[in-house]
Amino acid sequence: MALPACLLVFTFLILPFFMAFGLSLTNQRLVSPNPTEFVGLDNFKKMLGVSFLIIEPEMDEAGHIKLDNEGNPIYPRVRNFTRNQEDFPQFYKKREWFQLGLQDGKVLVVLSQDVVFLKALANTMLFALVVCPVQAGLALFLALLINQPLRGINIFRTIYFAPVVISMVVVSMLWRFIYDGQNGLLNTLMQMFSFGLFEPIDWLGNTSTALPAIMAMSVWQGVGFHMVIWLSGLQTIPLSHYEVARIEGATRWQTFRYVTWPSLRNTAILVMVIITMQAFTLYPQIQVMTRGGPLDSTQSLVFQAVIRGYEKQDISGGSAISVILFLLVLSISLFQRYLTREKN
Amino acid sequence: MPAHKLLGMALRYLLLIWIAMIFIFPIVFMVISSLKPDLQLLSDSSSLRAFLPVGDISPTNYLSAFDRAPILLFIFNSVLITGITIVFSLFLCSLAAFSFVFLSWRGQGVIFAIILATFIVPFETIAVPLLLIVNNLPWIGLEGIKNSWINSYHVQIIPFIADALTIFLFVQYFRDLPKDLIEASRIDGATWFQVYRRVIMPLSGPIIATAAILKFLMMYNNQLLWPIMVVQEESYRPVMLGLQYFFQLNTQWGEIMAYLTIITIPVLIFYLLLQKAFIASIASTGIKG
Repeated sequence: MALPACLLVFTFLILPFFMAFGLSLTNQRLVSPNPTEFVGLDNFKKMLGVSFLIIEPEMDEAGHIKLDNEGNPIYPRVRNFTRNQEDFPQFYKKREWFQLGLQDGKVLVVLSQDVVFLKALANTMLFALVVCPVQAGLALFLALLINQPLRGINIFRTIYFAPVVISMVVVSMLWRFIYDGQNGLLNTLMQMFSFGLFEPIDWLGNTSTALPAIMAMSVWQGVGFHMVIWLSGLQTIPLSHYEVARIEGATRWQTFRYVTWPSLRNTAILVMVIITMQAFTLYPQIQVMTRGGPLDSTQSLVFQAVIRGYEKQDISGGSAISVILFLLVLSISLFQRYLTREKN
Repeated sequence: MPAHKLLGMALRYLLLIWIAMIFIFPIVFMVISSLKPDLQLLSDSSSLRAFLPVGDISPTNYLSAFDRAPILLFIFNSVLITGITIVFSLFLCSLAAFSFVFLSWRGQGVIFAIILATFIVPFETIAVPLLLIVNNLPWIGLEGIKNSWINSYHVQIIPFIADALTIFLFVQYFRDLPKDLIEASRIDGATWFQVYRRVIMPLSGPIIATAAILKFLMMYNNQLLWPIMVVQEESYRPVMLGLQYFFQLNTQWGEIMAYLTIITIPVLIFYLLLQKAFIASIASTGIKG
């Protein structure tokens, strides 16, 4: 009786999962005239490999550092290294990921063959790192607010949860309008509350604001989901515990710190894990709002996996990203296991 | 009630209402804007008029949205795909759960553990190889034999029928059912399938509702990544892909808002009617911790 479901899980979940591992070690394309070859870890080396280049300011004959018109030192162009196969084969055809100023005016340049992937990886981690605590914290705050015995409190619970049932695709479209640089609602509201002091920003068109804008929207959409999970955790705490705290004369903060919070431990771990998993699979927001731009500042792992695996028909490249994504998620859930075990 | 308590109460409600506005304003904006012509929509959004149904209010955007894209077809597709997936999912997953809980067979524990393990595999990580699989699977349908699943309804249905969460929810629920009920009907000579159909399922109303709602949210709302990959033909597209039509040639924001309203409001109404069940089903995903 379990056969049909097990067969489906096997064919459409487990089989592709192992295929992802296999394919990531090949050069498979969706349609290709060349036979598929086993290439080992080449895909991963290409994506994860970085090399370091230290450049020093240019000197004139007298040994002084050359300065440009604004008084800044002049550095040799990174291009001189990456286009010069004979002298610097290790840097050939690589692109600059980022620069780091060292002492004595030296600059460390991090080069990679696949800068877009590394940016996607960094953005995805950053997204998870910011969204998880913020969303979990806000959700807990809302759950505590909703858990009060007030008249009509269910109406508020219904409203706070409403965005959860709306598709992220729809939400992303709506917020594109809210974030618009010219007629966007957010700029309008900000100007209104700051009495015109606020300068309008093109939230999604700016490398420094695009990712934070997407983070804020994602929290807006998902916070109700986790509020409900916190709420069900809160409701397992026996009222007698609060009663004791009240009799002992505990303040509101003490009650939270010593009664509520310890009982929420498992719920907390669960909420964090669900949010992390959702955050790592950041996709519809990017697809609908920015397609990775501006200047790759909102690339994400899943978006890159789709671009490569589907749009560029590079099955092996897409699979390799999937494998990396899975390893990230796996390490998070192992971490969860570890945290829950510690207590027992 | 003393004055300071009254004030405290008022402050609490003020906070609750203020937060409620944050959650509600994009939705109100969407519905109101869908009724305005583009010029007014854009000029209104620089003031609070954006949230008020004032000025030139008409259903024009809805009419032109229907002209621009085959909306009814997309809605039909989404409902069909979601509906069939839910029905098969509830049936096959509950059947599997029944077998895991009430029958004993070799390898049961291992297979259940493997299914549970797939829980941490996000769909996004298997989408690319899955594309390769469905691209090479044969299908026998009304139009004869095809050698690929691309561009069809079933490619959007079959891979999503069985999932770890649904099986797990049923297993959890079945474990709490009284065992003697089943033994009694086995003694009366009922087959296992009869026990499943006549005894277990009639008792499973709440968990069926929970599983159906979760599946609905997962299916209807998330039909973006997979359809982008496997559906190129218009006739099989779900509603989320329909959005693309509104970005070809002169983009009309009013029409987009109308389309978003059309595909969202039914879900919101559904939610308002069944909100207890919706919230309970999300809360139940938290039990597994």
